[in-house]
Amino acid sequence: MQIRELEKKADQIRKMVVEMIGRLGVGHVGGALSAVDLVTALYYKEMKIDPKNPKWKERDRFVMSKGHAGPALYAVLADKGYFDKEHLKTLNLPNTILPSHCDMNKTPGVDMTAGSLGQGLSCAVGMALAARLDNLDYYVYALIGDGESQEGQIYEALMFAAHKRLNNLIVFIDNNRMQIDGYTDDINKIEPIDKKADAFGYFTQRVNGHDIQQILDAIKKAKAQTEKPSFIVLDTIKGYKFKLAEEKGPACHNMSIDETDWREYACCKEE
Amino acid sequence: MLDNKEMRDVYCDKLLELAKQNKDIVILEADLMKSTKTDRFFKEYPERSFDVGVAEANMMGVAAGLAACGKIPFCATFAPFATRRCYDQVFISICYSQQNVKIIGTDPGIAAELNGGTHMPFEDMGIMRTIPDLVCVEPTDAAMLESLVPQIADYKGAVYVRMFRKKAHKIFDESDTFDLFKAKKIRKGKDCTIICSGIMVKKALDAQKELEQQGYDIGILNTATWKPIDKEMVIECAKESGAIVTAENHNIHNGLGSAVAEVLVENYPVPMKRIGIKDRFGQVGKMDFLEKEYNISISDIVQAVKETIKRKKA
Repeated sequence: MQIRELEKKADQIRKMVVEMIGRLGVGHVGGALSAVDLVTALYYKEMKIDPKNPKWKERDRFVMSKGHAGPALYAVLADKGYFDKEHLKTLNLPNTILPSHCDMNKTPGVDMTAGSLGQGLSCAVGMALAARLDNLDYYVYALIGDGESQEGQIYEALMFAAHKRLNNLIVFIDNNRMQIDGYTDDINKIEPIDKKADAFGYFTQRVNGHDIQQILDAIKKAKAQTEKPSFIVLDTIKGYKFKLAEEKGPACHNMSIDETDWREYACCKEE
Repeated sequence: MLDNKEMRDVYCDKLLELAKQNKDIVILEADLMKSTKTDRFFKEYPERSFDVGVAEANMMGVAAGLAACGKIPFCATFAPFATRRCYDQVFISICYSQQNVKIIGTDPGIAAELNGGTHMPFEDMGIMRTIPDLVCVEPTDAAMLESLVPQIADYKGAVYVRMFRKKAHKIFDESDTFDLFKAKKIRKGKDCTIICSGIMVKKALDAQKELEQQGYDIGILNTATWKPIDKEMVIECAKESGAIVTAENHNIHNGLGSAVAEVLVENYPVPMKRIGIKDRFGQVGKMDFLEKEYNISISDIVQAVKETIKRKKA
């Protein structure tokens, strides 16, 4: 896929996310939308995967450590053919395969269960170690939140992966600068997070997390060096491109969406 | 030969043996490799051994990630750190995610001795047994541990092993057979059965001998696996002896006594008493001091058995 197509795809995924949450009426809109461009870049361009064989041993793995952004991943997985798109209408309904937070035992294509913040990155580290043990060359991509990076376990995992020089691990942080209680800078500042990652021993980059070209370039550079694990700060906007969410600020973390609003957004023509 | 071995040596020997046949077996430690004495495994299989340093939460997550890729991780640390320190990591990353991870918590209860109250877990099995599907087991001696380690490795699912680290009193013979999910009836008794685990099995046997001299016929049931508890065997013992005393090196709240009481109350209620730590914190001391301090000694068991027998209907 060319960049323009990827950008179009990301917009389409965003619509699917808003519709998915809109049908239910409420959900984690903000943090799902800020993650869409990354997930799109990974699944449509970067990752070695086989939707027909979700448990393929040699596949690249993606760990959505900020598990509440599940809808962004679900839209992509459905679109890639891991499961029928009809399931997207069942988000958070009883017996759904698409629960609020990512669950590897419920959703085909989800590589790790996450949602209790701070834990997914450690699991990604374990997966990257397993590749080494099995002599496989797959990559493990992990997306952590900026609010999530207030959890101490994130730093335990960062330290260990750097110590083990896991060059097949690429950690992204969805730096949308907001968390439930307000702005991350006001609650408990995590910046300068790139300098912190750098000090931990990472090949660190900082890009616009809504510019797919920049994301792909950063991944390319990350893979070109083989000395260290990588850490890529994605500067993002919470609720990106869904005006109602963006306007809410931190309150878009978990918000209600009226039927008219999601229909208007999800059904509008491509720009 | 086995009788002279420390539990940790049995653990490491069995893992080394299993690792030879199964390349998926890996081990993790959190700066206690020298206490668990798995250094021999680290030497033999350096690429399959991970010391994460003083970071137990990360150890559990890394183990979950390894298991998600088909490995069978055995992670060990002191029991309080394997359980209460990283309860949510064990709960979510391992159990809720259905990962095949084995968690070893060493120095249970008063075995923490001079490390004292901060390191003395009287609650580990209690909190672990409230995690759905998690198998919770406390192997009694070297012979049982040797038999159970391969069973634990073969079992597909998470297991918490509460392991006495040093030399345990010999209870069983190497020729004895064990099943991870079956309690071991050591003897039948018609007056009362002592249901016990870990270091309390030896004390229960000593109490039984003392009571025998006084004319009592006491049964002994070793329920190494607290969850799922061998319900049928617990009921069988209640039927045989009409009275039950439980003995555990653990808080009486939510421990072995609770598990047994849950079975009996709903199926076959008989007079019962629990010997264990009565909702207190740990403290420094050697085991001989601590067992008296917390009233889990042989004489405490003898007294409890007599009191319970008195409550039986004529």
